[in-house]
Amino acid sequence: MCTYLTEQIEIDGSGKSPRGWIPLTHASVYVDHPTHAQYGHTVNIDLLNPAEGPSARVAVELMEEAALALADAIHRAIASAPKGLASANQPM
Amino acid sequence: MIDAMRAETVMITGHGGDEIEAYLAAPLDPAPRGGVVVIHHMPGYDPAMKEIVRRFAVHGYHAICPNLYWREAPGADPDDAAATARAQGGVPDDRLVGDVEGAIGHLKGLDGANGKIGVIGYCSGGRQTFLTACSIQIDAAVDCYGAFVVNDPPPQFSGMKPLLGLAPRLSCPLLGLFGAEDTFPSPEETATLSAELDRLGKPHEFHTYEGAGHAFFSVDRPSYRPEAALDGWRRVFDFFGKHLAA
Repeated sequence: MCTYLTEQIEIDGSGKSPRGWIPLTHASVYVDHPTHAQYGHTVNIDLLNPAEGPSARVAVELMEEAALALADAIHRAIASAPKGLASANQPM
Repeated sequence: MIDAMRAETVMITGHGGDEIEAYLAAPLDPAPRGGVVVIHHMPGYDPAMKEIVRRFAVHGYHAICPNLYWREAPGADPDDAAATARAQGGVPDDRLVGDVEGAIGHLKGLDGANGKIGVIGYCSGGRQTFLTACSIQIDAAVDCYGAFVVNDPPPQFSGMKPLLGLAPRLSCPLLGLFGAEDTFPSPEETATLSAELDRLGKPHEFHTYEGAGHAFFSVDRPSYRPEAALDGWRRVFDFFGKHLAA
């Protein structure tokens, strides 16, 4: 099935694209057909900088168990660090 | 008769007079022949779709696939282009019809074109094939597991309209090839479409394959189901052979 459904958010950070490190401004998350993973459907996460064009994209295709484990790992890593250490409002 | 063909990227004039990329394959034999527009699946204008275009040329048709994501992502890798188009809400329906009309115009201008046009589309292209067949006059249409023909499209795709109400304007015979295990479209949806076309007296032929889900024609994906795909291809060529002959 093609779900067509996409979660989109704005983000702030950097990622390594096929042409090197780029600022990232947006993310799309959707459950649909992968391009490369050998499954019918995966959780697809695109980290994007639309202003830099379509190839300014860091993409992953994960099984839902892996995607949820990744989300949990992100929560744990942030919780184990001093509060606000990696915040957009962190002291420099 | 010779079996040589030429396959290449060309530029065509699409919706709104925009120049867009397309992939064209045509036999070199100048005999009269029909034309087929291939509408690519949601993952984009990729090598598998180009292989399908060449397959139609091998079977004696002029065939062309417009790159529906050209405006958003000219020259990008197909997966990047598809991600960009998706993030921007997909291909608007009116633009799709205009781009297919441009592709048809290109086919009709080729030496040997007999004026007959078939359209075939996969996945989102299946829905767009039905949209095309209800919007302009063509000679045959093949919908391969297109979702949101019966059910309304998701609201975030604001350029996509509900299609079932267009069925009275279906301009040609429709072949539908679906998987019994698909949920977009589900067998219930395709049965609803078939019943509506029966009610309207619109010629159509639907086949739903057991053991197959969505994208069973995709040879490069785990969804590939050789039995369904081989029978489907046979029906596609029988159908176009009947409706696209001069």
